Amino acid sequence: MRVALFATCLIDALFPDAGKATVKILERLGQRVEFPLEQTCCGQMHANSGYFEAALVERYVDTFEPYDAVVAPSASCVGAIRHQHAMIANAANDDALAQRATKTADKTYELSQFLTDVLHTDDVGAYFPHRVTYHPTCHSLRMLNLGDRPLRLLSNVKGIDLVELPRNDECCGFGGTFSIKNPDVSAAMLADKMEAVIETNAEVLCAGDRSCLMHIGGGLERIRAGVKTLHLAEILASIEGES
Amino acid sequence: MSYGELIWSEDPPFAQNASKAVNDSQLRRNVRKATATIRERRAGLVAETPDWQELRHAGAAIKDEVLHHLDEYLTQFERHATARGAHVHWANDAQEANQIVTDLIKQTGHTEVIKVKSMATQEIGLVEALKQHGISAHETDLAELIIQLSHDRPSHIVVPALHRNRAEIREIFAKHMPDAPKDLTDDPHALAEAARVHLRRLFLKTKTAISGANFAIAETGGLLVAESEGNGRMCLTLPETLISVVGIEKLIPTFKDLEVFLQLLPRSATGERMNPYNSIWTGVAKNDGPQNVHVVFIDNGRTRALADQVGRQALRCIRCAACLNVCPVYERTGGHAYGSTYPGPIGAILTPLMVGVEHAPQLPFASSLCGACYEVCPVEIDIPTVLVKLRHDAVKAKPHKAEDAAFAAAASAMSGRRRWTLALKAAKTLRFLRHTAPPPLSRWTRTRDLPDPPAEPFREWWRKR
Repeated sequence: MRVALFATCLIDALFPDAGKATVKILERLGQRVEFPLEQTCCGQMHANSGYFEAALVERYVDTFEPYDAVVAPSASCVGAIRHQHAMIANAANDDALAQRATKTADKTYELSQFLTDVLHTDDVGAYFPHRVTYHPTCHSLRMLNLGDRPLRLLSNVKGIDLVELPRNDECCGFGGTFSIKNPDVSAAMLADKMEAVIETNAEVLCAGDRSCLMHIGGGLERIRAGVKTLHLAEILASIEGES
Repeated sequence: MSYGELIWSEDPPFAQNASKAVNDSQLRRNVRKATATIRERRAGLVAETPDWQELRHAGAAIKDEVLHHLDEYLTQFERHATARGAHVHWANDAQEANQIVTDLIKQTGHTEVIKVKSMATQEIGLVEALKQHGISAHETDLAELIIQLSHDRPSHIVVPALHRNRAEIREIFAKHMPDAPKDLTDDPHALAEAARVHLRRLFLKTKTAISGANFAIAETGGLLVAESEGNGRMCLTLPETLISVVGIEKLIPTFKDLEVFLQLLPRSATGERMNPYNSIWTGVAKNDGPQNVHVVFIDNGRTRALADQVGRQALRCIRCAACLNVCPVYERTGGHAYGSTYPGPIGAILTPLMVGVEHAPQLPFASSLCGACYEVCPVEIDIPTVLVKLRHDAVKAKPHKAEDAAFAAAASAMSGRRRWTLALKAAKTLRFLRHTAPPPLSRWTRTRDLPDPPAEPFREWWRKR
């Protein structure tokens, strides 16, 4: 099986540790991962802001079509690939691209999906002796219907003290450019999310989307809450003697 | 074209309205408490309904059938309703509808009418239009009465006064209801009793009523109103004349289809297994109830919405407002921020679809796309997908130079490996902006820090390894 990593533009640019962690987990599980350098962005930020960039869809399809599976450490980006790529191609009246996009999307997996559904494991041999709370991002929960996959993986991490986040199905208020276009509503939603995080007394807030974590983490940092944000991959990649 | 009260101003300024609303602590508390209560009740009832997902599929399928054959079902309804003694009228827009209703009331010779709670009459601004012709229309739904007395606007589709708490309601009654007792308290029973006494006088003396309808049954020509208080039932049975204003999408093909909708609607709307009052009337029943029965079908932008291949699913809406009650944005802004008769997630798509997105370009952006609305919608309206589609239409209809340029620049940076590698180098400048960035990023840094940029991007690490 030829497996490619789609790092996502955000992780490539600002959060390389989540990308490195994804590679580490996959290699530990015996996969040879490739990172095609032609990749850039899935186009979600553009699409959700009203700009349909068929060129970004085409770039994604051209880059990842040859692989058997594509793994991305982001529910949001995989959601966009699966639910928006064909729509964007159709809006540009490009039927051929829409068909290719659907096929490529079908073999694109979010990390926890790939681990549990394709590699059939929910124990990746991780060790992380910290108090952690997990925020199921909206696109994990409602767009990809990941269910308990991420929690199954986390609960098998040795040493972890996993605590439930109250009102965890509520949006954190990020929403891409929503956070800029409606900053006050976004901040009000963020305040409630931070309150829930702090209630748990967790040392680490974990999620499958670095974008939502950038928003919640940026708020937590601003109020000096002392809670760290880590991508799900970073916890699953940790092993004894490292953390 | 005149849309009445569908939008309250050209290009409703959601972002500005919302900024004000989030700072109103009383509003925030009232809306949060009310939506949380209905949300929990609904969740409990859905959990005990094993075939809920099948019911949703059925609801969506029945409505789609109607929307695909709207012309046939409308004429079928007209045929059956007319045969049973009702008069059916057709209105293209708010102005036409208001004119038809005004003329019908003038023919009765009365100047006072009572009203059943109705979104359609709210949408066309009927009460205001009647006032200009010297006709007073009295709202009889308790919440609508509160709104009318305080010269306010509804902020929710099902619970129009949800932005008010009982202390505020007591104030409104004491100030604006002449027959309110002098020693009125904010005890809910006392408030309800005061309204009951006030309304009972109206019910007994008024000869003309106006209603909407939750469903119009094509095969019988019958209309249905579902409600909680029984005040609707009073309006539908006591007067001599009954005029119902109904959106053309309210049709269902057969009486039997109510089996699906009367399970979906009360659970989704008020968190009840059944509405306390379901009134169905079919034309005129001789010597029983209103003898002068009219149905005014309104388009008012619905056929425009129907022409949108992605957006037309919004016309399945049965006005349950479940999407409002789960929406994290609505919970923090309330309904008035949307500047439209239809607030919340459904309003953010329905309003621009009906008036044209160029007249309400901010509304499709009033969402974080969290998807909670789609999950609860009893007729499976994929609101997030329609929002994204409408955003695309809005950007095309109303260009914004700076934003268009920024997104074009980003797309260009992402258009090739070499350009992208170069752009990644620029990420380092974030280091200086983390706490206070210039506009528009200042909207981010006002409440959150920006991330500390890494020593090298992921692809640098990959290349070196």
